[in-house]
Amino acid sequence: MLTRLNVASIYVLDKDEALDFYVNKLGLEKGSDFKQGDYRWLTVRVPGNPDVEIGLEQPGPPLHDEATAEQIRELVSKGALSGLVFHTDDARALYETLQERGVTDFTQEPIDHFYGTDMGLRDPFGNAIRILERKTSAAATA
Amino acid sequence: MSHEIEDLNRRLLRARDAMDRAYAEPLDVRTVAAVAHISEAHFSRSFRAAFGETPHRYLQRRRVERSMFLLRETDRSVTDICFDVGFMSLGTFSRTFREIIGETPSSYRDAHGPMVAPNCVQMWAMRPRVAVGRATPADPAPQSSSFGEAGTAAAQ
Repeated sequence: MLTRLNVASIYVLDKDEALDFYVNKLGLEKGSDFKQGDYRWLTVRVPGNPDVEIGLEQPGPPLHDEATAEQIRELVSKGALSGLVFHTDDARALYETLQERGVTDFTQEPIDHFYGTDMGLRDPFGNAIRILERKTSAAATA
Repeated sequence: MSHEIEDLNRRLLRARDAMDRAYAEPLDVRTVAAVAHISEAHFSRSFRAAFGETPHRYLQRRRVERSMFLLRETDRSVTDICFDVGFMSLGTFSRTFREIIGETPSSYRDAHGPMVAPNCVQMWAMRPRVAVGRATPADPAPQSSSFGEAGTAAAQ
């Protein structure tokens, strides 16, 4: 029986730039950061939520040949790959915080829906990020 | 070399995001191209190469998607919804809706109720394809600097 999602990965175009964005702008914390040869295993995670990590993978060797890596980079940069969805306890406050930290690539400012308040942005490379404050979530947002 | 493509794609995506965000406003090609820091002519061509349709058509499908959402989820009149989503005339809205969806806004409303899915999923997944047989084959690029709905120069 499976018990938990542990790691899900996204493609970024530069690991250092990704780490800066996801930690210093978005507010995640660094998880793993190990280097073995040319490969760097780098993850970030929601603070206080250490069991689920987001792998930040850079297209290229040894994962991909250069032609494949180029295709992936083009897809990332046109927003064609998958993204991330987070929960927050206060979408509007977070929106302001992100603006103060210099985030400009919002795809949607906070909007109220029957299920809560959500907003959208993109990381520096084109990956979509959605953030949701669930309406009935005061106790349930673990 | 490939970094140039990534950089261009990223700027085109930023312009596309601007259309998704500000579809209700009277956008024109110049405004959206400026988001990408690209000249108007180069923008339309590059956008089509990256996303497979002109910026004009992309925006039409976004506006029609949002109108479908409002037709399903609200009691607002078709006329109100037309202006809510950025069309400047009911005639253009009805014609564009019929061309893309294959039926009128009213008949679409009659046949569809609310959809239970997060708004972002609806915006991703429900932006309509052009109904079979209804598309103008070439999806011609707009000749004026208007997207067709904004201002007086009614392109199409």
